[in-house]
Parts: sequence; C-alpha cells; structure tokens
Amino acid sequence: MHDGMSESIPSPLQATHLRHGGKLVPFAGFSMPVQFSGITAEHQAVRQQVGVFDISHMGQFIVSGVGAAEALESLLTNRVGKLQPGGGQYTLMLNEAGGVIDDLILYQLAPDRYFLVVNASMIAEDFAWMRKHLPAGVNLEDHSAGFAGMAIQGPQAVALYDKLCATHLPLPPRNGIGIFPTTDGDCIVCRTGYTGEDGFEFFCPVVAAENWWEKILGLGAVPCGLGARDTLRLESGFPLNGNDLSPTRTPLEAGLGVFVDLSKTFIGQPILTHQKDHGLPSKLCGLKMLGKGPPLRAHYPISNEEIPLGETCSGGMSPTLGYGIALAYLPADAANLGAQYSVEIRGTRYPVEIVKKSFYKRPATASNS
Amino acid sequence: MPDSSSLLFAASHEWITRDSDIATIGISDHAQSELGEVVYLELPAVGTQVKAGERLAVIESVKAASDIYAPVDGEVVESNAAAASDTSLVNTSPYDQGWLCKIRVAEPSQLDSLLSESAYLAQLS
Repeated sequence: MHDGMSESIPSPLQATHLRHGGKLVPFAGFSMPVQFSGITAEHQAVRQQVGVFDISHMGQFIVSGVGAAEALESLLTNRVGKLQPGGGQYTLMLNEAGGVIDDLILYQLAPDRYFLVVNASMIAEDFAWMRKHLPAGVNLEDHSAGFAGMAIQGPQAVALYDKLCATHLPLPPRNGIGIFPTTDGDCIVCRTGYTGEDGFEFFCPVVAAENWWEKILGLGAVPCGLGARDTLRLESGFPLNGNDLSPTRTPLEAGLGVFVDLSKTFIGQPILTHQKDHGLPSKLCGLKMLGKGPPLRAHYPISNEEIPLGETCSGGMSPTLGYGIALAYLPADAANLGAQYSVEIRGTRYPVEIVKKSFYKRPATASNS
Repeated sequence: MPDSSSLLFAASHEWITRDSDIATIGISDHAQSELGEVVYLELPAVGTQVKAGERLAVIESVKAASDIYAPVDGEVVESNAAAASDTSLVNTSPYDQGWLCKIRVAEPSQLDSLLSESAYLAQLS
C-alpha cells in the first residue's frame, strides 16, 4: 500500500484528513480518504443530515473563446445551447464508436465561457481528446491543480451553506453555478452532487482548502470518504465511469438517454442514432439480491439457468436498504424489470431480481430553501 | 475481551488459540479495524478439511471481500453461527464473541511457526 501511495498525488487536505482520522488510499492517481468514522455512519449522515467529501482529485477545465458553445456542442451529448449563464448540466463525451470517454458536468459561466468538472482518472485523457477536437480559436485550460474541491451533501446542506458563505453569494439554483472572489482567489459554488441528496460542490484555491474544510466541519458536516461516496451514488443508481460506463458501451445502453440530444451532431452520435432506430444491444440494469446473501460486487457472473447473460459492473451492500445491489449490462431482451436470474459468488448461485436503477430515492420534502 | 497476549497470530491477520486438540480461530483487532464494518460472513461447513494457508472463510466488509486463511491443517468442528447472524461481533469483539471457527488440529507442530501477539504487532509497522 505504501508503494502505491508514494506515487499518488496527495490531496491538499491530506494533513487535515490524517488529523481527523481519515484512512487514505490510492485512487485514480491520488491519495484520498476512503473513510473517517466508518462507511455506514458516513452514508447515514449524508442521507439524514449533512456530510462533506474531499473531491480535490476531480478535474476542472475552462473552455472559452468565440465558438466555444458550438465546439462543445460537437463534443458532448447534451444540448449545450439549453444552458444560460449560471446553469449546468450532466453530459457525456463519447468516442467515434459512441462509447463513453467520460461523464462530466458542464456549467456556463458566461456566454462562450464554460466550466467543466471531470473524473479524476480521466483528466489527462479528456484534456488530450478535447484539445485534439476543439478548433484553434477555442481555449482549453486545465485548472485541476489549482482547485481544492469539497462536496457538501445531505438534507441540511442548504442550511449549512447559509452559514458558510451566503453573504458572499446566494446559493445557486439546482444544477447552477456561481463564483465569488476572495483574497486567495475565486471560489466556485455548484449546486450539484453525486449522492442523490441535495447539496453543493465548493471549489476553492488550494491555499485556502484547509480553512474552508475546517469551517465546514465546524458547521456540523460529517467528514466522509470515498467508501460512502460509492455506496451513496450506487444506491441512487448513478453510474461510475470505469465501472458502469466504458468506451465500449453507449450512454443509451447505460440508460442515460435523457442526457443525449440526438437532434444535433456530435462525436459518436451516428452510432447512437443507429441504436435508437434499430434497438440497443444491451441495457444497464439494477439488480437486487433476493434473500440473505453476500454483498454483490463487481465482476460476478450473471446467468439465466445455464445461459450466461453478463456480469455485474458495480455492486455493494446498500446501507439504507440492507441488501446487496448491483448494476449490470444485460442483453436487451433479458433486461426486463422483475426478471429473476442468478449471480455466482465464489461458486454458489444466489437469486437476484431486476429492479429500477434508482434503488433509493430520497423522500419528497417540502422545500426549505 | 479475553487476554489477546495468549493468542498466536498469522502474518495474514488470523489468531488461533488451542485447547487440547481443538483450536478457535478469528481475526485480529487490527484486521477488523482495517476491514471496517463487517456485513457478511461465509463460514465453512462442519466437517470441511482445511490446509494451513488455504481459504477457511470469507469476510465481507462494506468495502471488500477478504479471504481468511487457516493458520494450521485441520477439520472444521464448529462455525460461529452467532457471528454469522450478527456480523458486527467481528468488529466489536474480535477476540471473543467474534470468533469464526473451531477446528480439530491435525498437525500441532504447525502452531510453532505462528507469531506471538507482540511479534505480530511488531511486524505490522
């Protein structure tokens, strides 16, 4: 473990994490906390109160210049033109075969100025791909090393925001973005997250990271690690690139069609249009363990009687639901809600049922913001 | 918690203690802490023959599935049903209520190559 760590880039919050009992692990080339008090307790804190995650490993790009919108339109699946300044959208960047290079959030800072938050493991690849495909007049800047990031998530995140920095900037609307200046540099607030709860993501200059983190903990947020981040996003049915998204599966197969606008032209679009017209080869499904069994995990084979159907791509024990859940690509004709198959774990077959990918949905509450 | 200083340890984090020819096996406090919350135990059936260094059981935490190895050869005579049904015992009482299996030891001399608690703790750092 120590060898892997020495090659990893430390989070700007590493010393702070060690003081707060964080257990660091190598992840996507970075050394990040996997847990503090315990994955289940952190998971419940986010579902019931508010938690904070270090997301400094994630990448931030700025794309700007005349023609930036049109250029992004041809690189991303969602309709960039739907955005207003201050707005954001989940979107995907595809290869020529329609497979996923990365999923990301695109925010419009101003006309022809966009902020992109990309996966840590894909920073270099995304940058190279975009540089290759953006026209010369459009600027692409990688700001990943300059920003620390924190995701504040949970039903009390909005109340926390009010005490943290509402005097600098009103909390942006859902999916929105806002910037406020500080003596250390700009801070960026995005009303987004990947836990299925309300909340916001906060990007600040690296030098100010520790101050903000301590302030956020002081306002009652429970420090949370990658372990809880994974169980939370899986319960909500959100795909993780590298597990559930891949260069050989399209976003339509991943069930992300709502983020794909086939009325425009973009890299990979002809393949997606063909799939839409002629049917999908596979579909990403939610699986639920029936009865008592081990947690579902990645790469377990799935079969129907003796017929192999595929394998799990993400899996875990759902802390909220108390049973094993997983995502898996299955042949489209086998991907029916309610169908029962078996998953093989260490030589034993366990029954599973296809359920909706949003295993957990946060209860509707009266808005308090 | 019983006195863990009387137990023998394997470098792979199992402990064992012998009472005549029956040995009780569990995992170390360090191991349970590293694994985090245990959510599932897969314990061997009574009568299973095990070899030192081979898989005896599987412990699944929220994070991952981990193999537990038999410290010595033997035959499984009991698995801890209470821990299988309340897996948190492995975290809260690794040296007592959270034991995993009992085996009838086939080669008592194999115990000689295991570590004392102090030697086990020393090689962790």
